[in-house]
Amino acid sequence: MLPELSRDEILRYSRHLLIPEVGLEGQRKLKNSSALIIGTGGLGSPVALYLAAAGIGRLGLVDYDVVDASNLQRQVIHGTSTVGKLKVESARDKLVDLNPDIQVDIYNEPYTSENALRIARDHDIILDGTDNFPTRYLTNDVAVFLGKPNVYASIYRFDGQVSVFHAKEGPCYRCLFPEPPPPGLVPSCAEGGVLGVLPGTIGTIQATEALKVLLGIGEPLIGKLLLYNALDMSFDFVKLKKNPNCRVCGPNADIKELIDYEEFCGVPSHDHEEGSAGAGWDITATELAERVKHNHLKLLDVREPHELEISALPNAVNIPLGQLAARLSELDSAEEMVIFCKSGSRSARGLELLASAGFKKVKNLKGGINAWAREVDTSLPVY
Amino acid sequence: MPVLRIPTPLRVYTNGQSEVTVNGSDISEVLTDLTTQYPAIKPHLFNEGGELRPFVNIFVGENNIKDLQGVSTAIRDGEKLMLIPSIAGG
Ligand SMILES: [Zn+2]
Repeated sequence: MLPELSRDEILRYSRHLLIPEVGLEGQRKLKNSSALIIGTGGLGSPVALYLAAAGIGRLGLVDYDVVDASNLQRQVIHGTSTVGKLKVESARDKLVDLNPDIQVDIYNEPYTSENALRIARDHDIILDGTDNFPTRYLTNDVAVFLGKPNVYASIYRFDGQVSVFHAKEGPCYRCLFPEPPPPGLVPSCAEGGVLGVLPGTIGTIQATEALKVLLGIGEPLIGKLLLYNALDMSFDFVKLKKNPNCRVCGPNADIKELIDYEEFCGVPSHDHEEGSAGAGWDITATELAERVKHNHLKLLDVREPHELEISALPNAVNIPLGQLAARLSELDSAEEMVIFCKSGSRSARGLELLASAGFKKVKNLKGGINAWAREVDTSLPVY
Repeated sequence: MPVLRIPTPLRVYTNGQSEVTVNGSDISEVLTDLTTQYPAIKPHLFNEGGELRPFVNIFVGENNIKDLQGVSTAIRDGEKLMLIPSIAGG
């Protein structure tokens, strides 16, 4: 039995009720349904706002982060007044203001193999708006095991992808991407940046797909992948088939329960922590400030040239990470060197590359030039 | 000649080119030509054993070569090829 709509709800959703594909029955279906939104960042913002406005009866929000000023260029569910607050609380307050008739459940915790099945179980649909590979594989496997549709979207700079992975009816995320890329190959948005409006475009499409699936109308992107590029303003669609060798949804699937996704992907399940090269390879900004007073140290900046306009260290040599392998001859392995980037992740990979090429006197500036700007030279901006 | 669309994360290895014109009558030949033109992209597509990495998806038109004949998939002149990246941003 679908729930009835109140007089107020009939008025609120009147533009939906006027569309025959939705109508009174469709709106009651939405009121009766629930959606779990993993991440309340760039994608989660428009997804949550539009699903709340559309009258999905119950929304679950999962995030463990706090709102940062650098989020506001794209994460429009949050605001200047909620900087420093929990993202799930900031988002809930906005949603409840937008639509007080819905229920918003918040999960202020990382989404992990320990809690994911419990959290996801009593939702009809899952929307993947996370920012890292481990959580994407986790989200997929949970959806496959629970037999729920996973509305997938991901973004990078000007590119977006959307699909509906529903293993009962079509391929899953692992059918397309059996394995994650090696750590460091694909930069995160925290490292590579993203056009602020991109998650708006892509997240809105993601929300559209969720509504179609819940209403049972139209042709959801099951077995299809949308590829969007904002610069070309191109929308390409490709066909996705179920992979007979898929390890979670194929006939001979060997993954039957949730695994350790950070180990599987070789990266932590967050994209903004200070990068570290591991024990013995790091130097903190404060230590570096001390060292340069007494010793000559070569400073190697592996950021992209346009980042140097934001902040730079005097006398540093710039070789972008992508060119490092080809330009090793410009460096002297006998010289003591400190490698750095924005926050320490790219330079950690640069250090690995240098170490494997025989450089032994290299240290990674932990936390990057941003740590230097916080701890040593506060005249430099943090970005 | 076939045109191969390069995804944003790999464009650093193709001098920023979003599309590369490649020579070849099948995927294998096309990839050989691509990695000859842009050697820096090779380790991102192939593993040490010279096999295509599992996360690399190549589409001919709207079909994944994994659903066709893999790297032996024949391509016609002017056909649109796409490398589809694994991205995780949100
Ligand atoms: Zn699968």
